[in-house]
Amino acid sequence: MSIRDNIKSILKTDKLVYEYKQLDEEGNVAGVNRAIDEVDLDVKRGDFVAILGHNGSGKSTLAKHINGMLFPTGGTVWVDGLDTQKEENIWEVRQRAGMVFQNPDNQIIGQVVEEDVGFGPENLGVPTEEIWERVEESLRAVGMYEFRKHSPNHLSGGQKQRVSIAGVLAMHPMCIVFDEPTAMLDPSGRKEVIRAARGLNQVEGITVILITHYMEEIVYADKVYVMDGGRIAMEGTPREIFSQVEKLQSLRLDVPQVTLLAHELKKKGLDLPEGILTVEELTKELVAICEK
Amino acid sequence: MIRDITIGQYYQTDSVIHRLDPRVKLAGTLLYIVTLFFIGNMWGYFLATAALAAVIKLSKVPLGFIVRGMKAIAFILGITVVFNMFLTPGEPIFSFWIFKLTLEGIRTAIFMGWRLILLIIGSSLMTLTTTPTNLTDGMEKALKAFNKIGVPVHEIAMMMSISLRFIPILLEETDKIMKAQIARGADFESGNIVQKAKAMVPLLVPLFISAFRRANDLAMAMESRCYHGGEGRTKMKPLVYQKRDRIAYMCIFAFMALDIFVGRIF
Repeated sequence: MSIRDNIKSILKTDKLVYEYKQLDEEGNVAGVNRAIDEVDLDVKRGDFVAILGHNGSGKSTLAKHINGMLFPTGGTVWVDGLDTQKEENIWEVRQRAGMVFQNPDNQIIGQVVEEDVGFGPENLGVPTEEIWERVEESLRAVGMYEFRKHSPNHLSGGQKQRVSIAGVLAMHPMCIVFDEPTAMLDPSGRKEVIRAARGLNQVEGITVILITHYMEEIVYADKVYVMDGGRIAMEGTPREIFSQVEKLQSLRLDVPQVTLLAHELKKKGLDLPEGILTVEELTKELVAICEK
Repeated sequence: MIRDITIGQYYQTDSVIHRLDPRVKLAGTLLYIVTLFFIGNMWGYFLATAALAAVIKLSKVPLGFIVRGMKAIAFILGITVVFNMFLTPGEPIFSFWIFKLTLEGIRTAIFMGWRLILLIIGSSLMTLTTTPTNLTDGMEKALKAFNKIGVPVHEIAMMMSISLRFIPILLEETDKIMKAQIARGADFESGNIVQKAKAMVPLLVPLFISAFRRANDLAMAMESRCYHGGEGRTKMKPLVYQKRDRIAYMCIFAFMALDIFVGRIF
């Protein structure tokens, strides 16, 4: 495989393995756990990719490999053609692949919204005037500009996550990894964050890798990977994934209610296509059947 | 009780003093305190009080707000004054058992109390007019020279500002844990001081665990945003001296010279 091959894709992993050792009380190795088991990913620039999996499927561990928070035990991860394992690449990798974490409180460093957004560019050594430009454009991109002078403590969960996204955005990344960004939010906050992520993908052309266990959030993805036990169990478009309801359920994932309803109706003999994703779609299909 | 202490609080308003560079305010406070220890007569104290009054006026912080903060130290102030009054050797005016009220005692007590009040108002005025972020920034820049002798100035400043950011979060968390433990039958109210301290254990253990988890998460978030210490870091809000800062420095030095002159020689 040549280096040029890697550069076409923003993220590529080759037989990625990550193991952690379990120690017993004396500190001896009691066993080895394989959190990630020979995962091959290939994400194209500008894509919206979702990685699904229930708790302990290895999806968060995978996310931490993308911006060099963890290093592979075996195999290789390339971000924009840079091998994450090489020490000289680490800051470039982290600048190119930003990360938004789960807990909104634990990733905001500044005491004022704008100062937090400026934290990343400050670390990169960006000149002062440019930091201000970047902060403004990032806060506008996530719709938090009018809150720039506020204290993060007084914002809602969804707003805090949008500030975190702006903080990553200000570093001008090529790709943003969202590691369960909505797990601690209420439904309206969840919508805000997903909308912001989709906006970045469509308007700014940033590659988005969304890690989640909420099925509704992956409907708009270009490609979906489903992880189970450290391996990739399924991959395809959302429609392809959702058409396999039984398999998803066997992987302990909740299928969206509409899809499940359509699936059950089909089983009972209605002539419906597989993998219905939205209420509108199901309504249309049902109306079509009634009119027949 | 905690709410009464205005020392260390920030009072939000817009004034010349608020807009001054934090380094000016730090140096000014320090020099003011030094001056207070140099002066030895009434006129010196009058001048120092007048200067402080002028700064308070300029800062637009209401006097009542500052005075309320003094309540917390009223006890210490009282003890200092009483001890100085009765335990200074000299000409007795009035004596009772082993205590002698002396003329020198009254004089020292007045000066001591006066000095303490000025000292505390002076330093609380600094925190009242400077945001914590600004203050840590100012300290970081003012103490940069110590970096050469191995003091991790940037790291200390970063730690300070992170702790300030997490104080409200941890307070909220304490409240949550407290309610959760009360719901399970924990009793934080009754009993003597030892029992009360023991009752804190089921509050502190989860609080510490959560604080460590937060610290871990935050470290990861900072690293993923390329934080690698103070080296090669630029500032979003760099501290640059303005004209008003230079004027303020001149005022401070002029005051210091004048007050020491008046306070020692007159």
